[in-house]
Amino acid sequence: MSEIAISVDKVSKMYRLGEVGTGTLSHDLNRWWHKVKGKEDPYLLLGEENKRDSKDTNSNYVWALKDISFDVEDGQVLGIIGKNGAGKSTLLKLLSRVTAPTTGTIKAKGRIASLLEVGTGFHPELTGKENIFLNGAILGMTRPEIKRKLDEIVDFSGVARYVDTPVKRYSSGMYVRLAFAVAAFLEPEILIVDEVLAVGDAEFQKKCIGRMKDVSEGEGRTVLFVSHNLATIRSLCSHTILMENGRLSYEGDTAVAIEKYMSGNDVGDRKREVSWSGDARPSAPELAVSRIRIVNEKGDDTALLATENEVNVEIEYEVRETIKNLRVMVVLFNVEGIEVFSTSDFYFQNSSRVRTPGKYKSTCHIPSYLLNGGKYVAEIHFEIPSVKNVVSDLSLPFEISELSLNQLGVTMGKYPGGIVHPKLEWSVEQV
Amino acid sequence: MEQKNKDDWSIVIQPNKGLFNINFREIWSYRDLVLLLVKRDFIAFYKQTILGPLWFAIQPILTTAVYVLLFNKVAHVSTEGVPPILFQMAGITCWMYFSEVLVKTSDTFIANASIFGKVYFPRIVLPLSITMSSMIRLGIQMGLFFLVWAYYYFFTDANIHITWAAALLPVIILLMGLQALGLGIIISSLTSKYRDLKYLLTFGIQLLQFTTTVAIPLSQANGTLRSIFGYHPFTAIIETFRFGFLGSGQFYQDYFTYSVIATFTFLIIGLLIFNKIERTFMDTV
Repeated sequence: MSEIAISVDKVSKMYRLGEVGTGTLSHDLNRWWHKVKGKEDPYLLLGEENKRDSKDTNSNYVWALKDISFDVEDGQVLGIIGKNGAGKSTLLKLLSRVTAPTTGTIKAKGRIASLLEVGTGFHPELTGKENIFLNGAILGMTRPEIKRKLDEIVDFSGVARYVDTPVKRYSSGMYVRLAFAVAAFLEPEILIVDEVLAVGDAEFQKKCIGRMKDVSEGEGRTVLFVSHNLATIRSLCSHTILMENGRLSYEGDTAVAIEKYMSGNDVGDRKREVSWSGDARPSAPELAVSRIRIVNEKGDDTALLATENEVNVEIEYEVRETIKNLRVMVVLFNVEGIEVFSTSDFYFQNSSRVRTPGKYKSTCHIPSYLLNGGKYVAEIHFEIPSVKNVVSDLSLPFEISELSLNQLGVTMGKYPGGIVHPKLEWSVEQV
Repeated sequence: MEQKNKDDWSIVIQPNKGLFNINFREIWSYRDLVLLLVKRDFIAFYKQTILGPLWFAIQPILTTAVYVLLFNKVAHVSTEGVPPILFQMAGITCWMYFSEVLVKTSDTFIANASIFGKVYFPRIVLPLSITMSSMIRLGIQMGLFFLVWAYYYFFTDANIHITWAAALLPVIILLMGLQALGLGIIISSLTSKYRDLKYLLTFGIQLLQFTTTVAIPLSQANGTLRSIFGYHPFTAIIETFRFGFLGSGQFYQDYFTYSVIATFTFLIIGLLIFNKIERTFMDTV
């Protein structure tokens, strides 16, 4: 058993919602009064589990983290996964001492450096070299230390020619490279990395990943790595913790953690379903739509979707009059509003293309390993080509939140580039 | 193994550090950062200007001109035989440093929230660096004052002479800086959650200026005004400076002692509150 580098013991963090104003003052006075009388903070009891969409609550206090305990061994690369709002960033903030926990203790051995955001404290008027010194000092390096590494940092950033130019003259890419280079050459015993490293071009990202691997494997440092990119987590971390609603729901083997995360037994998760009944159904004289769902290959409409899942768009509707040549269309848009594809069931109905009254379900099967990670909106239209639009503009958003396989190996970006990310065959041969 | 682990934690993060638990060793280990921040402030000020640091000199010259006109030519306030220009310049030079440090440090948490939100370093490093970088400006303005002083001393028969109190100059400068720093970090700590005090400061600083002897010598103040001047911890600093280099007024030992005690009281209270606030201010700023 190796030594413990970080020990987190029953750490909780409470946040107050709403604005700071006169109302806050009365709470503060009340809190102070309880403290004077030697009693416990009355508002600690009010804290609620952090569920952002719940409205039926009286309390303005939430626990962003509640009773988190875990140990990290020296030299371990620990992955932290969880949905947005699960408390990952709050945990990192506590570890990097940006803010203090409400209760509990964190103990660590050695210097902790976080790459929460690179380029902190850069001053536009200072030259690249001056900023390296300033930024390095902010991140906790001493002057001799920075001097020793100056050449390496400049080399790594690839802006050697501009090092005596004020950074306000830099392109944004150069700025970020320089900033990251300083952070990359920190030599802390414990490194905290958030996925904000989604910066720079592909070549630079490769450099960064290499550097992270060096740090974790070669130099045997402890790394805490937060990401949504499961492919990267899989390749870098042996051990992973899974967070849900401010609590630690699993700690251990990465494969298990990812599986648990994907199965999504989260109660707070929103179903990928819209349904209507009776007169509320979007309808035309010919038909009425009752339900649209997006499910995985198991028919589950709540589990998180990964690229390894099939995405099935199920459209249920009732045909009220015999209708000929109907097509049910799915048009898929990505988050930038770019149309990814459009498709319809036109060629999948019986050859007469007549649908008699009754209930129908058209399902569009989007194969696994086609879409990239990200948010999508499926638009559904019912049309009779060149005759009329029957029902149109129904839509259902969904998210492919995890990447099961990254064709590029690893990228520091959340997802690899491109609208789609199909699994393609390659052959490599020596010729 | 467990036993061994218990002792050598280098970082312990807890909700409540003791009130008096200030980690001076850690602050000392960040001394390079203080110096680099001082350098940054200085460079950032004169970059892309032609006159550069000379700009630091323009402000006291103009202010002196206005004060001489207002207080000495119009209101005929006596300067105890000292040329009004020298008299006013002495007060203004001291006051400008004090007010600059006070205003800048009182904004520490709010102005630097974006840096503080990302990385940890002892937060006191920033107000410390402000106190020091403002000293560069003070140096230039002092230099200007001594130029004018030398002109009057060597080329005119103005009634000025140096006294032993001139040797207190380093002490005076330190007092000015620490007093402003102490007040500044108290205000910055108090404004991290409730901003009200920030708006008070703008006119508060003017109020502070006219309740001490920046423009009027202590000997010319009587009754209520004199006791107000007396309670102002900055009065002894300006009076001692003028007594040292102009020979006007006198060295008020009790006022001076009072000023030293006040300075260290502000500083200690400031450090204690600051130390408490810095741990969680990111949640409320």
